Amino acid sequence: MTLTSPDRRTLMAGNTAIARGAYEAGVYFASGYPGTPSTEILENIAHYPEIRSQWAANEKVAFDEAMGVALSGKRALCSMKYVGLNVASDSFMVFPFAGTIGGFVVISADDPGMYSSQNEQDNRYLARMAQVPMIEPSDPQEAKDYVKLAYELSEMFSTPVLYRTSMRVSHSKGIVALGERGEYTGERRFVKDVPNWVVPIFAKSLRAKLDAKMERLTAFAESYPFNRVEEGKSGIGIITSGASYTYAKEVFPEASFLKLALTNPLPRQKISDFCARHEVVYVIEELEPFLEEQIRAWGLTNIVGKDRLPRSGEYNPDVLAQALLGEKAVEDFTSEFDLISRPPQLCPGCPHRGAYLALKKAGVLVTGDIGCYTLGALPPLGAMHTSFCMGASIGHAFGFELGGMDKVVAVMGDSTFIHGGIPSLIDVVYNGGNTTTVILDNRTTGMTGHQEHPATGMTLQGKEAPRLDLVALIRAIGVKHVQVADPFRQKEMFQALQEALQHEGPSVILTNRPCIFARGEKDRAKTPYVIREDKCTQCGACQRLGCPGVLPGEQPRIDEVACTGCSLCAQACKFDAIVLKGVV
Amino acid sequence: MPVTNVLLCGVGGQGVLLASEVLALVAAEEKAEVKQTEVHGVAQRGGSVVSHLRFGEGVYSPIVRTGEADILLAFERLEAVRYGYYVKPGGLILINDVEIMPGQIGEYKPYPAGIMEFLSGKGLRLQLIPAAAEAKALGNVRVSSLILLGVLSQHLDLSPRAWETVIRRRIPERLLEVNLKAFEAGVELGRSQVEAAASGG
Repeated sequence: MTLTSPDRRTLMAGNTAIARGAYEAGVYFASGYPGTPSTEILENIAHYPEIRSQWAANEKVAFDEAMGVALSGKRALCSMKYVGLNVASDSFMVFPFAGTIGGFVVISADDPGMYSSQNEQDNRYLARMAQVPMIEPSDPQEAKDYVKLAYELSEMFSTPVLYRTSMRVSHSKGIVALGERGEYTGERRFVKDVPNWVVPIFAKSLRAKLDAKMERLTAFAESYPFNRVEEGKSGIGIITSGASYTYAKEVFPEASFLKLALTNPLPRQKISDFCARHEVVYVIEELEPFLEEQIRAWGLTNIVGKDRLPRSGEYNPDVLAQALLGEKAVEDFTSEFDLISRPPQLCPGCPHRGAYLALKKAGVLVTGDIGCYTLGALPPLGAMHTSFCMGASIGHAFGFELGGMDKVVAVMGDSTFIHGGIPSLIDVVYNGGNTTTVILDNRTTGMTGHQEHPATGMTLQGKEAPRLDLVALIRAIGVKHVQVADPFRQKEMFQALQEALQHEGPSVILTNRPCIFARGEKDRAKTPYVIREDKCTQCGACQRLGCPGVLPGEQPRIDEVACTGCSLCAQACKFDAIVLKGVV
Repeated sequence: MPVTNVLLCGVGGQGVLLASEVLALVAAEEKAEVKQTEVHGVAQRGGSVVSHLRFGEGVYSPIVRTGEADILLAFERLEAVRYGYYVKPGGLILINDVEIMPGQIGEYKPYPAGIMEFLSGKGLRLQLIPAAAEAKALGNVRVSSLILLGVLSQHLDLSPRAWETVIRRRIPERLLEVNLKAFEAGVELGRSQVEAAASGG
């Protein structure tokens, strides 16, 4: 199969290549929700006007929309971070019972090593659980080419396909040979057929059909050409997929490889034959022993896997060489040097800082959520005390309250509130809670790189959209005590917090300052603050705000390039030593 | 052709990622295979940033192995120490003569002294690059990245034509002239440093 023309080579990141793959595969519709390391997939798809693409309120909505498009007979894609697939799993687990009409691919971007994630989760198990085929690319060229393979499988077997990438595949660049867009013109359209599409009533018969489909897929996997064998010269065989393949090729250039593109269902005969032809077979896979446990269950014994290789963390060639060849690690001499770390901090001028300073002063228990504002848990702010996953903080706060804890406040970002906070706020009202919620409305999806969402009033493509009115929404939910407060005015912010805490019944405060990187903010003229050394007593109060714009040292100074003039340090200074530049 | 392994490191906001993108594009102009990777996510302004780049033939992994980098280009002195152990024995570290004080929590620590002595004690070759001073002389403090790339170009087997092609393609029109000048200044600086080293100076 020729996928590309050799004269059109370009350097591309894995996520950009996935977007290109969607374009070339004739994808008609794409949806998703931002989440590292998946965000750039949809951002790049947005550059192709041939594909209708949009940010969804959350991953389940993205999945359901794409599902509707696929059932209409067109090729649809949805993309998300691996934890996003947890959100979308309700649909994902049921869809295979009916199967699809047009090609349907869900992209899950895993994060081995947890570079920007709350847990280390191996989503390959979800493909097995949902009983769908799973495709895994190992580099940018495959990232592009395998999108097309995924659609072919999806249509051949009328099934959703899980396309699993990982941080290293998504965020590595390589040379990619481009192809043309093939317009997909599927002949099949949705036909009303209750026994096939009303799954709950007909689940029993559909279950039997799904099992039969997986049997056909398993037989197909045996001869699938992209599960390829590379004959080597040593007695070592390696079974691997994804980014691990690239590391293993570096460390074992002489070995034979069974490189799997389709990692669910597994080709039992092909794997058994490969194992029989080699003295020892290394199963090299990041995270859980997903392949290994299945292979061992078939009674194959010349296997080396998690008995030698780590089960957590990202792999790299060093990890493989140390675990399998007994190589000694190169001495990391940084421990001999007094190396100061560079911990992540909220940006200079970040509005979350003002909210956290008020919360800290109030001395309340703060349940937190997912976003830049998770950094408010770290010193010197230390004003957020729990954080687990998207949209959980309001439910947690209500739970703490029911559990007998006093003065609990939930914090949640604007995008997160739309994603998963609304039902829990409804619940607080419905069940007579007293919970106070602070919506840190910075008018963007900050952590993932400033994506639009329904309350920013802009689409993925930067076109105007109806702007979700959060205050009206919260009032409509039935919250009677709703305030909008300026986090850069500490007195006002603290006062609002006190009033909310004293209010009998649910209360919500929305902060009203945008992220310094939100649309239009970067170009806004800013006057920085400066420190008057004649008045400064070097008390250090300004240095305890966790602002990177206030430089460390006995005599604090302000980085005038970084300073946005938010004034929080000036409000924290008891000696009036911090003044706007030019005002003496 | 053997694989060349390059590491670029620095502090978020210094232009490490732009520089590594330019380098990767230059390598892609004339090499069979190029792989580049970096860490995204919480590496924001002020955080430590590292980018791996490998080119040549038979490049699979984008990750440079520890102790195998041919050359490390450090945009900041302290970061040269943080990633120095990636460099192969006797390998080269190009160090931008810039100190960026890390944001600190708790007890204040002054910026560490003795970085050059420490690294040369590890058997690594060092070359200090006064990019900030050069940039100032060119009248634009933001072109340090291109000066550093100019110096780096003198240590890599990539043609001047490829460098110029990519810089012209990647840098916006209004900033192109000063960046080309900056790159040339870096080339001159790198060449004189290489000659001085060759003559034992």
